[in-house]
Amino acid sequence: MNYLELLKLALPEAIVVVTALAVLGIGLASTRASAFCSAVAALGLAVAVGAILMLPQSATLFNGMLVITPLTSLFKIICMVLAFFTVLLARSDRSSRNQGEYLAMLLLATIGLMLLVGSEELLMIFIGLELTGLSLYVMAAFDKTDVRSAEAGLKYFLFGSTASAFTLFGISFIYGMSGTTGLAAIAQKLTTGSVQPLLAVGIVMTLIGFAFKIAAAPFHLWAPDAYQGAPVPSAAFIASGSKVASFVVLGKIVLVGFGPLHGSAAWHAMIAGWSPVLAALAALSILLGNLVALAQTNVRRLLAYSAVAHGGYTLLGLVAGGRDGFSATLFYTTIYAVTLVGAFGVVALVKRQSGSDRETGGDDFKNFSGLWSRSPLLAGCMSIFILSLAGLPPLAGFFGKFYLFSVAFRAGDNHGLLWLVALALFGSLISLYYYLIILKVILVEERTAGASAIKVEWLQRLTLAVLALAVLCLGVMPGPLLSRIVTALPSKFY
Amino acid sequence: MIAWTIYITFAGAVVLLFLPRFLSRWIALLTTIGGLAISLAAFFCDDVDLAHFTTIVRVPWVPMLGMNYHLAVDGISLTMALVTGIAAVSTVLFSWDVDFRQNEFFFWLLLVVGGSYGVFLSADLFLLFVFYELVIFPKYFLIAIWGSTNKEYGAMKLTLYSFFGGALVFIGILAVYVTAGSLDLNQLAQFQFTPQLQSWAFPVLFVGFAVLAGIWPLHTWAPTGHVAAPTAGSMLLAGIVMKLGAYGGLRVAMNLFPQGFHMFSKWIAVFAVIGILYAAAVALRQRDLKFVIGYSSVSHMGFVLLGFATANALGVSGAVLQMFSHGVIAALLFAVAGRMIYRRTHTRELDTLSGMNLSRALPFAAFTFVVASAASMGIPGFSGFAAEITILLGAWKTFPLAVWITGAGMVLVAAFTLRALKKSFFGDTQSVNSSSTGAASVFEPITIAEKLGAGLLMFATLAVGLYPKFLLDRIQPAVEAMRFLK
Repeated sequence: MNYLELLKLALPEAIVVVTALAVLGIGLASTRASAFCSAVAALGLAVAVGAILMLPQSATLFNGMLVITPLTSLFKIICMVLAFFTVLLARSDRSSRNQGEYLAMLLLATIGLMLLVGSEELLMIFIGLELTGLSLYVMAAFDKTDVRSAEAGLKYFLFGSTASAFTLFGISFIYGMSGTTGLAAIAQKLTTGSVQPLLAVGIVMTLIGFAFKIAAAPFHLWAPDAYQGAPVPSAAFIASGSKVASFVVLGKIVLVGFGPLHGSAAWHAMIAGWSPVLAALAALSILLGNLVALAQTNVRRLLAYSAVAHGGYTLLGLVAGGRDGFSATLFYTTIYAVTLVGAFGVVALVKRQSGSDRETGGDDFKNFSGLWSRSPLLAGCMSIFILSLAGLPPLAGFFGKFYLFSVAFRAGDNHGLLWLVALALFGSLISLYYYLIILKVILVEERTAGASAIKVEWLQRLTLAVLALAVLCLGVMPGPLLSRIVTALPSKFY
Repeated sequence: MIAWTIYITFAGAVVLLFLPRFLSRWIALLTTIGGLAISLAAFFCDDVDLAHFTTIVRVPWVPMLGMNYHLAVDGISLTMALVTGIAAVSTVLFSWDVDFRQNEFFFWLLLVVGGSYGVFLSADLFLLFVFYELVIFPKYFLIAIWGSTNKEYGAMKLTLYSFFGGALVFIGILAVYVTAGSLDLNQLAQFQFTPQLQSWAFPVLFVGFAVLAGIWPLHTWAPTGHVAAPTAGSMLLAGIVMKLGAYGGLRVAMNLFPQGFHMFSKWIAVFAVIGILYAAAVALRQRDLKFVIGYSSVSHMGFVLLGFATANALGVSGAVLQMFSHGVIAALLFAVAGRMIYRRTHTRELDTLSGMNLSRALPFAAFTFVVASAASMGIPGFSGFAAEITILLGAWKTFPLAVWITGAGMVLVAAFTLRALKKSFFGDTQSVNSSSTGAASVFEPITIAEKLGAGLLMFATLAVGLYPKFLLDRIQPAVEAMRFLK
């Protein structure tokens, strides 16, 4: 293994690093070059996507520290596309004055995501988690003029670092029990053993760290404040890119690393393992997220609680396990991320229009009332995103839910996960109420006095239209993405 | 060819969003007329095997999960597509006066119509469910934006009830999909599900669909929703959407789970009879004209469920005929109440209306309402009679007691219909002072669009009433091919 080859395989990451440094430099040199910064960042991401397409089909470096498989390539691309859209979103956010630094943090977080996705080794995964986390903490606290942003950053940081400590602690237990940190090697060590108490502690602690990342209840407490207080593009990236990568790596850890200790979450037939833990997290997230979301009057806070619930639905696939379960989880989290970036894009534009509203932060329900008359495009796009989140056809969310629930329903013998599917359907039913309330505010109500029409620049128009169209197309034609995900997965897990 | 009903309707919906407002109603009219023409042509074209659910389009959609874009047609779907076309055209005609956010109004309206065509023609369970859910949420906007009394409450209640039904259907569909490994309705109709599965999956699926058909005691969304909805909303709701539930119950729940159906058919009959009587009794006490018609819809849909419960060819054919007939009659009743009366008098209170001497002020409306009421009461010569008598004949073989009770219930139906008719149009003018009689003459005359719409619906109910064989010849072979018949 020479370093040239390493560089070749890590070229996409290297490109993003160089872009981050370049953006930082430009930001330092001139404070008014924000448009140029964005252009460079977007270009760098586009080039990196190109570099990924040039990579070989599969390769493994340093015993799985860096792996390249169709799966990692696909999800690196997805993370970068999400970062790309976040860069475009950040163009419209005036609150971030130091555009160069902001974009550099965003790109660093993207590298963290790429490392997370592209590693099958616990230590490397931990480094990826930390790199992502630290960059996102800064991004959440970036708006120095807004006390909410500081609160969001602080809360996210405190909860996040505690969760990282748990994860690291858990990893150390697992290392102690199995003597290795490579996922495949851990799985081989675990095949014989039953769940010993120490190992159980290790697994649960590791899962807690990830439960925090995906904002699963009861580790979701940071989410509402971070989603509401952070600058909109930061919140969008926390909710989309970070979540997608976390699900990819969580799936890899539980299905590959802890594969033999799957256990069972079937009703009346639970067997110790990680799947009952995830099932409990899922059930709690679905109930809590949906019920608390009912009481919200702020769009971003509502999206945060609904994100908790969606995290719960997404976990269903992992609980079901196997190739089908993993692909359902990955499909769902991808379409969810695309939808949420779009929804935050609309929120950013509405918030900018009502920016002087210090009291509410500019993204309360009342700031959205009568959106149909203020900007038909924004109202239409937001309706598509919200309807997709609500899981209505022919949008992506509907197909995602159908796939996810059918996989969970099929798993195990005698439909053991029916209880979880029924709970998830019940949760979706609750969620329809609050999604319809948002739509009512947007499409039915008249605009409040003083609310003016919203002017949207062509770039934002294009971005939102592309995202809305993507949500529609992924719902009508889910085949292409689905078959990519399924063929990228190995045919058999433990 | 009939598949084009779906395409042109959705295409029309999208196109009119991007055109100037004044064009939208014309586009909607053209689209719905196109749909009606296509379904009529398909109805008269004899080369389709009506007894079997014959595939007309089949394209792989998500091959990995076994989903196909699969449309098929038999006598039942043809009948339902025809009533969809008729109700859609008349709905657009009765919405001619909508001037607030026209584009969006007709957009949502066409989504409902297109989705309904889709449900009636789907031969793939997933596709059917997609169309089924697609019909539900546009109704929220139709009611919440363009509705009247208590519209936001009514819209939300209706939507949440429908989605509750949808969630039950979802579970049922998952159970079918996971056990049989297929979504093709024709294949599934051959599949032997275990009795244990059928015993829980049938009630879940059937109740899920029946929520939309207004089964007692899950009917309460219907009257509230009808009252809150704009005229077009109530017409679509009663004319088409409630039929979707009944159709789903027949095509999916009963046809796939015959044993489960036989286990529960007695209970369906019980709930149907209670629904017929209860809704008729409640209708008798209503003050709001639309509430009367809303409850009458629940009552008439009870006949559909009773027809299903008989599990014989006669009863089920009668039920399908009743779906057609009620679609036409309910649309007509709501058109009179919502467009002809409410838009002009701005009230639906029966007591207020009775002082307005409407039969003189709006003679055409009075004529239409008399025809509609006669059809609704089941006077021979109208479609309602043909359908209900067929159902009762079928029920006589299976549930004689139900026929006795329902026969008595029909008196109630006649009573509330006559009461509404008398109070709304032929009120007691003696007790009214001259000022309100004077006001009666200033009502805007009935427009041509309304006359055309009402004419179309009256023609349909009369034609079917005088010659029901025309529809029954196509319905009966399709029903006889279903496997749940005893």
